[in-house]
Amino acid sequence: MSSPATAFLEATVRTATPLALAALGEVVVERAGILNIGLEGVVLAGAFGALVGATNGGITGGYAAAIGSGVALALLFALFAVAFRADQIITGTAVTLLALGLTGTLYRALYGAAGAALSIPTSRPVAIPWLSSLPVVGLGFFYQPIVTYVVYGLVPAISLWMFRTHSGLALRAIGEAPSAAAAAGIRVARVRWGAIAFGGATGGLAGGTLVLAQAGTFAEGMSAGRGFIAIAIVVVGRWKPVGVALAALLFGAASALQFLLQALGLALPYQLFLGLPYVLTLAVLAGVAGRVRAPASLAKLDEA
Amino acid sequence: MSGIASRYGSRWFGGGLIAAIILCVAALLRAAGLDVTSALEALLRGSLGSWYAIGSGTLVRATPLILTGLAVAIAFRAGVFNVGAEGQFLVGAAGGTAIALTFSSLPSLVLVPGILLAGAIVGGFWAWIAAMLRARFHVLEVISTIMLNFIAAYVVSYLVRGPLQEPTHIYPQTAAIIEAARLPRFAATTRLHLGFAIAAAACLVSWWTLRYTAGGFRLRAVGANPHAARSAGQIDVERVATRAFLISGALAGVAGAIEVCGVTYALYENISPGYGYTAIAVALLARLNAAGVIGTGILFGALEAGATAMQRDAGVPSVVVLVVEAGIILALVAADRARSLFVVTDR
Repeated sequence: MSSPATAFLEATVRTATPLALAALGEVVVERAGILNIGLEGVVLAGAFGALVGATNGGITGGYAAAIGSGVALALLFALFAVAFRADQIITGTAVTLLALGLTGTLYRALYGAAGAALSIPTSRPVAIPWLSSLPVVGLGFFYQPIVTYVVYGLVPAISLWMFRTHSGLALRAIGEAPSAAAAAGIRVARVRWGAIAFGGATGGLAGGTLVLAQAGTFAEGMSAGRGFIAIAIVVVGRWKPVGVALAALLFGAASALQFLLQALGLALPYQLFLGLPYVLTLAVLAGVAGRVRAPASLAKLDEA
Repeated sequence: MSGIASRYGSRWFGGGLIAAIILCVAALLRAAGLDVTSALEALLRGSLGSWYAIGSGTLVRATPLILTGLAVAIAFRAGVFNVGAEGQFLVGAAGGTAIALTFSSLPSLVLVPGILLAGAIVGGFWAWIAAMLRARFHVLEVISTIMLNFIAAYVVSYLVRGPLQEPTHIYPQTAAIIEAARLPRFAATTRLHLGFAIAAAACLVSWWTLRYTAGGFRLRAVGANPHAARSAGQIDVERVATRAFLISGALAGVAGAIEVCGVTYALYENISPGYGYTAIAVALLARLNAAGVIGTGILFGALEAGATAMQRDAGVPSVVVLVVEAGIILALVAADRARSLFVVTDR
């Protein structure tokens, strides 16, 4: 990491990766008319799953367990939100509390008060041949852990599926008018279960990224609001995969700003940098939220 | 939302539900290899085992839960998803501490009310940010209040390491507030302070106001059905919702100030072990009934006081309480759904 610009880009993409993963899944969920506030808990569950998986089964085991934990918690949310048609916001809040309590309890029960050994394997950056040697952007965008490339793949894949396929159209139809979609023969509940499970997989993977590609260990509550920020990113990205990826980069840049400013040696309180992403979320939402249109049935109880 | 504010049969439903969920969690703990018998023993001893445990443990712990629970109940009743009681509590505690440290020469009868007022104003201001973002910019208050919770935690962190740090600049906390700024205790042998009575009184006043005044009716109407309230009732929905949001924030802020004046006597980073989140379970279990919050607040106070003893004596992490809370909330929404399927209710 030679120049400050490269280091800044590298940190931007690194911090944006888990946000983009969680937000890309949430786009699919929200397009089906479901608002999963429990995403925060899903990310946390993924992080803890990654720790357990990686201590027992290496990096692959870590990522697999992260995805599995995320899906499991998301399905619990789906059980209440889809099957019981319970209030999504209250259910999502409960799911997040559950994840905080469960991961905290299991973490201390399994690893003791001292915490996990620092020896879990971590995901090394992988250089993409040729692209990584581009000036400035090369190392920033193409010398990253493997999950970042998963994001690069997911963005066009979800975009194409959502806007160019029949099943993608069905998903969007449910989000706009579930009763009409049901009348047209779309199995609304089944698609919603699927969407929520997919959101759980990417949310869990986002948590796994925090442990396996960033921190190298687990800490209680380490999702630190990323799930909530991801929900904000979905709004800023206007419920479109490409927009969401760009919005995630913006938030990644805000977080990476602290490294840049610290490198410049400005004597500002560190809490200012740590709080910046949350303030930015509020500011950006204030600028954007009133002007974008959410899927019409989002978070509304319906009898479809 | 309106569904949550309704109907669960017997008043023993809550107690039975908690017992059932504690048993489930106990099974989980056993599976994780912990000593469940001594954990449950410690839980009971720390919450209800003696008069000291009841007064100085359970009721002291219940005080902030009752006030933040009331804050959540009032907001939810108005259809405002204020999940920011945690942040409003924190800034309320910070505001109260700042007043206590600055005006330490004032007599107690002026100083203590001033501290509580400061907590209310700062907590209300914190809620106002989210209320304004909701009313003017259509920002979902669930997201904004949670962001504000994180920001509040960093504000407290900054204050206790910066401008409000104790004089020796060693510990990340403020100096202890003076004797005159502290809330009186009910007896020399107990830690139970006047704040508990204030919290209970606030609940009763809120209950009466919601039930018997025009303002209370408007608030309930807006929460039950904003469209009907607007078209049939000529109610300014956003105005009523904003007002409920501010009251909610003020109550959570007072809870923070009372915690400083009655229990901690200083501000530090982890002054709230998540009161604002537990408050959601407190409010929902009380079916958003302002008077009922007193009972559910005490129930959760007992649970948390017991959990502290459990962690100390049996090594069972106290965060397990969050699992119990989540279980209660999920069981409540499921029960609500089941009832609406099988029971025809006239509300």
